[in-house]
Amino acid sequence: MIRVKNLVKRYGSLTVSNHLNCHFKKGKITVILGGSGSGKTSLLRQLTGLEKPDSGSVFFNGLDLTRLRRKKLYEARKKMGMLFQGSALFNYLNIFENIAFPLREHTKIADNIIKTIVTMKLEMVGLRGTEDLMPSQLSGGMTKRVGLARAIVMDPEIIFYDEPTSGLDPISTGVIDKLIKDLNQTLNITSVVVSHDIKSCFRIADNIIILFYGDIIAEGTAQEIKNSEDLRVKQFINGEPEGPIPFTRTDRNYLDEILFD
Amino acid sequence: MEIAATLGRFTLYRLQILGRSGIFLFAAIFQAFLPPFRLQRLIKEIEFVGSKSFLIVFVTALFTGMVLGIQGYYSLSQFGAEAALGVMVALSIIRELGPVLCALMVTGRAGSAITAEIGIMKITDQFPALEMMAIDPLKYVISPKVLAGIISLPLLTAFFDLVGIAGGYLVGVKLLGVNEGAYLGKMITAITFTDIYGGILKSLCFGVLITWIATFIGFTSEPTTEGVSRATTNAVVLTSLSILIVDYILTSLLL
Repeated sequence: MIRVKNLVKRYGSLTVSNHLNCHFKKGKITVILGGSGSGKTSLLRQLTGLEKPDSGSVFFNGLDLTRLRRKKLYEARKKMGMLFQGSALFNYLNIFENIAFPLREHTKIADNIIKTIVTMKLEMVGLRGTEDLMPSQLSGGMTKRVGLARAIVMDPEIIFYDEPTSGLDPISTGVIDKLIKDLNQTLNITSVVVSHDIKSCFRIADNIIILFYGDIIAEGTAQEIKNSEDLRVKQFINGEPEGPIPFTRTDRNYLDEILFD
Repeated sequence: MEIAATLGRFTLYRLQILGRSGIFLFAAIFQAFLPPFRLQRLIKEIEFVGSKSFLIVFVTALFTGMVLGIQGYYSLSQFGAEAALGVMVALSIIRELGPVLCALMVTGRAGSAITAEIGIMKITDQFPALEMMAIDPLKYVISPKVLAGIISLPLLTAFFDLVGIAGGYLVGVKLLGVNEGAYLGKMITAITFTDIYGGILKSLCFGVLITWIATFIGFTSEPTTEGVSRATTNAVVLTSLSILIVDYILTSLLL
């Protein structure tokens, strides 16, 4: 579905994607795991064409997103859905209009059919009855679900989730995880999830990619990752503070910095 | 050498921003004329920039006209030329005060709100969300706002002129006893089409200026709370100054 080739992206001297090669399989849920600042959100933005890499390619259904003209890119985006970290609902539209928005913009579907579609999508995320509320009147978990309903309203082939469960309580996390799994299984939607939530990751993932400061340090099925002997992978999935992955950011020796600055 | 380099870098950086904002404005206006047309969005923005500014423009115009009536009467009566009050009030409002004051009021009311709105949309990822839904944020969000400014400002200015002249009439004729025929009659013969045309041209330029600066600063603001509040202040200050400077340039070109 998506194939990444030799992707390089730098912000100043910071390399967030260091010659990445990976593959997101059709019909599977792939979770990109990594700590804060590991470059996972940046990778997600490059996968969707929101950000251009410095070099390398992202092939979506065989099309290189990094070289597409705007019009073609938009054409490709109609097959994508995305759930943003903060949901990114339009604060001046109510829930119904938020979900109906892509339909109104891209199709000429009659109002009564739009109403049916929106009701169906809201039922899927368990929020029927909230149509007339404004986004500010919903809780964090609920806005995520509305965001998800909006992401699937055009029946995309692939959905990108940017930290779908961060900042949610355990029950909301469970609900979102179940929704991701259900959407994948019932509608066969390919899913790419960026996350640092290990528990939720193992609940939903078919495949896992672990990023560490711009490098892929492990890639495989959930089972393979679980059984991995790699110390860095072990440290990450067990959440140990001590290990080969350093806690600090700088390469400079601590003693040097204290004594000789 | 160091100073020269810093100065050069600074100038280049500023010029770069100016260039980018120019492309931004051009793209926004260009996009507005490509289908699909979003008439509803445009009407909504005109309502926000234009019709919701009516009251504030009305009050500003009325009191400006009234003050001009008193001040004009005082100055003119020293030469015994009270009869020319109408001409003086109308000329200063139509040529100068109408477009400028109207633009400044709209900047304070609508310009700041536009910057803040766009900044907040940026904080909450609404622009990438639009991108992901295959909608060009520039066309969907920015173009209608710029067009609304171009359409609203001349209309608001015409309204300002009318109310301002009426304010001068109220004070001059009804309060201070200037002859009514002189106030209106002399005004009608003295005002030429060029005066009105110049005023409207100015207001058109200010309309572009207000929405251009407000949207560009909002669009390039840093997506944090401080970033947006700073952007809002910058937008109002920069727009107000630009209005006064552009006003001088236009006046000297038109005369």
